[in-house]
Formats: sequence, structure tokens, C-alpha cells
Amino acid sequence: MGLSIIQIVLLVLFGCVAGMGSVLDSFQTHRPLIACTVVGLILGDVQTGVILGGTLEMIALGWMNIGAAQSPDSALASIISTILVIVGKQSISAGIAIALPVAVAGQVLTVFARTVTIFFQHAADRYAEDANFRMIDICHITALVVQALRVAIPTFLVAGVVSPEGVQTLLGSIPEVITGGLTVAGGMIVVVGYAMVLNMMGARYLMAFFFLGFVIAAFTDFNLVAFGIMGAVFAITYVQLDPRFAEVKTAAVCSVDAADDDLDDELD
Amino acid sequence: MSEKHLTKGDRINMFLRSNFQQASFNFERIHALGMTFDMVPAIKRLYDKKEDQVAALKRHLTFFNVTPGAVGPILGVTAALEESKANGAEIDESTIGSIKVGLMGPFCGVGDPIFWGTLRPITAAIGASLALTGSLLGPVLFFLAFNLIRIAALYFGLEFGYKKGVGLVQNLAGNMLQKITEGAAILGLFVMGALVSKWTTINVPLVVSQVTTDGATVTTTVQDILDQLLPGILALGLTLLVSRLLKKNISPITIIFILFAVGIVGYGLGILA
Repeated sequence: MGLSIIQIVLLVLFGCVAGMGSVLDSFQTHRPLIACTVVGLILGDVQTGVILGGTLEMIALGWMNIGAAQSPDSALASIISTILVIVGKQSISAGIAIALPVAVAGQVLTVFARTVTIFFQHAADRYAEDANFRMIDICHITALVVQALRVAIPTFLVAGVVSPEGVQTLLGSIPEVITGGLTVAGGMIVVVGYAMVLNMMGARYLMAFFFLGFVIAAFTDFNLVAFGIMGAVFAITYVQLDPRFAEVKTAAVCSVDAADDDLDDELD
Repeated sequence: MSEKHLTKGDRINMFLRSNFQQASFNFERIHALGMTFDMVPAIKRLYDKKEDQVAALKRHLTFFNVTPGAVGPILGVTAALEESKANGAEIDESTIGSIKVGLMGPFCGVGDPIFWGTLRPITAAIGASLALTGSLLGPVLFFLAFNLIRIAALYFGLEFGYKKGVGLVQNLAGNMLQKITEGAAILGLFVMGALVSKWTTINVPLVVSQVTTDGATVTTTVQDILDQLLPGILALGLTLLVSRLLKKNISPITIIFILFAVGIVGYGLGILA
């Protein structure tokens, strides 16, 4: 038994929302936590959607677009993996194994879509010559259609043909050592996201706080909200004490004092 | 001739538009069209003559890029500059452009660590930890928390930038942005440290020794020894290693697939479980 027409329509519509969310990077509808949950709702198994979403979200935690550089694509990966896991009654770790290759394919499609949209940019240039505000607005917003289709079309292709038997034959042919190994790897690949965040912060002199967080977490049962509050306390305290941000006036006085001392020393 | 001012409604319109900043993201000029789209209500209000409107549109259709959540203040300052220009102040075209471009760097510098290094990882990790127990609260909480803060930053950022105008640029000469950036980095790094410990699973079940005393067998694995030393030490080492590899421009996806291979081989040989 495949999916009903209504389910396919809803999946394609949500594919559009996630695709647009992916380029806007504002509402976060492309993140696994949201996308997997919504797909789970559509397919009538929210529980699996939410858990897979949480699992993939941890893996994708540091996936971010900085400047023009594109990260692996969480929108398509979340939708396709959730469909296959729920329809094919697969495990969460099978979901991880499906999601990652799809994230790479999605990344390629993203780069393609963001190249195609140069067309809309040039169209807007022409409308600017006439001060045609309405068409400039339309150029900007219709560029979203490209991004919506980027996710909606692959979603339609998968949702249209997917069947429990198909998924089970496909994934059942994978030997146990691979699926077991992927589960093990799933526990490790979360560090790639953490490392991406560390590198983006680019503040070596603040790495002490990273190690502090690590050690406190290793020996306590505090939850993440507690860590957030503690982190904020450290941040505020440190910024207040950082000599770089001390009042310029004080700094000037200090340097005068220092100069005086030097002179005194010389006189001595 | 009376002075022209942006109304509250114009600014709200600009704020609503700025939620769609990246709709026409393209590799040629990134946010050029997005910035123009945001500025449309201001240009309409401030310039009556068609040639002035054309000139204003053209000067915003140039390369622009910033963290989408941090565009508010830049938009506000730019709108304030356009307003002064429309009211006859001596501001030439290149001044508006160069102030806008000049703000790009500092606001990426503060926007990326705040939104992608701190706000999203923390709200997402809290949401994910709830979601792993099957609770719908996880995704809902993440969605609401992230968007409320993002929307507040856009709206109040725009209002702040508009009211301060060029004064904002002088404000930046102080060290407000550096302070925020440093604080965000500390918070982000601290929570990342906690995540490395709590949410990474590496288990090495290799047996080191098996001692049987009085019929009870005590098995010691490599993992037991490592846990006595420092729980999560392997996860810490792996994170630092991956951070180095990323700095050598090895792509995240390559590293993920290498870790896949390590997982499969390790599991096959019984070193990892």
C-alpha cells in the first residue's frame, strides 16, 4: 500500500515550504526538527517523525550557510528519510543512513537553484530602469518558486512511488555490518557539527570555555537549559572584566602613569 | 516644501519584507535584490520624481550580504540616510553605498556567531533533546524560541538603526558589537563543550582484562578505563581532530563519510559498538 493522494499533495506542499525555508534561512522550516515532525504528522506517525527529527537535528546542528558557502541540505534529507522510515517501518538509524547521502544530493541542487536565480536578479535590473516597483517585488518573490520546486519535485518523485515492500527490499538487502556500523557512526558524526561551530567562532583565546563546558557536563547531570544559563553568566562576567573593553579614560590614565614610571626609572 | 519622513507603517512594511531577505539569493550579487525589495517602501515614500526613484533602486541593486537575522540595523541606517538625502542633505550616492558595505563586515561578524553559533544550536539542541523522548514540545519550542528572537532582532534592529541613523556607525566605533560577539562566542563554546560530552556516543567495548574472583567475573573494557580517566574523552579528541581537518578545507561531507567508513569497519572488527 502506497500513500494516499491527499498525503502526496500535502507532502509536496510541505516540500515547497521547506524548500523556501531552506533559502530564506529565517523561519527554520527546513531544519530536521521541524521538517521531520511535519512529515510525520502528514503520514500519521508523529512520534517517529519527532524522534527522527531530534536525531537528525543533533547531526545537523552546525550545518550553516556562511556567506555564499552552502552546507549539506537538511530540507530534502529530512523529508525523504522520514517518508522512507515511516512508510517502510524502518529504524531511526536507517533514517540516518538515508538522510546523509540525500543531504549531499540536496546540496548540489541548492547550488544549482541559487545559480538559476541570477536570472531574477537581471530581470530586476531591467525593471529598475523604469522604476517598476511592482515587478521588482515580483522578481524577488518568484525566485522563491525555484527554491520550492528544488525540494518539492524530488519529494513528489519519492512519495509517488514509495511502498513498504519497496523500501524493505531496498534496505533489507543491506548487510547487518553496514547498518550496525552506520548506527555507530551516527553517534560520532554529531561532532562534525560541533567542530563547524567551533571553527566559525574562530576565537582560540576563548576555547577555555569550551573545555569548561565539557568537563562540567562530563561530571554533572545539568540539562541544556542550565548550561545555557551558566554560559550566559560566564559570557556577561567575562565581557565586563575584559580589559579590552575597560573605559578608554582609565586606559589613558594608566598609560600616563606607566610613562611617568618609566621617566622615574630613568631618573633613578 | 515639507520634509519627508518614513511612517511607522513604512517601517513595519520594511520589517515584514526583511523576513524574506534571501528569497532571491543568487551567487552573483547575493542579497542585492533582497535589499532593494526591503527598501521599496522607503523609496516610494521618499522620492516623487521618477529619475530619483530609478537612481535609488539602482544604488541598492548592488552586491550585499549579511546574516539574514542581522539585517535590521543596516536597513534602518540605510533608510535614515535615504531620508536625509531626500530632504536635501548633502549625501552623495557613493556615501550610502559605502556605509552599507562598511556595515556588512561588522554585522556578519556579530550575526554569524549569534544566530548560527549560539541561538540556533542552543534552541535546536534543547528542542532535539526533548524530541528524542518523543515529545512534540521539542520542535514547537525550537520554532517559537528561534523565531521570536529572530523577529525581535529584525524589528528592533531596524527601529534602532533608523533612529540612530549615521550615529550608529559612530556607536560601532565604540565596542558594542565586539562585546556582543565575544559574549556570544563564550556562550556558544561553553554549550558546545557540554554537547560534545552529553550527545556524542563512542563506545570501545574491547576487553582488556577478565578477572574471576569468587565466581563473579569482572570484565574491564577499553571504554571502562577511558571513562575512569575522563568520560567522553574520545568524543573530545574526535571533535578537536575534526575541527583541524575542517580548517584544512576538507569538506564536512567528506568527513562525515570517512566517519561512516570508520563506524562500519570498527563495528565489523568489534572495536566500536
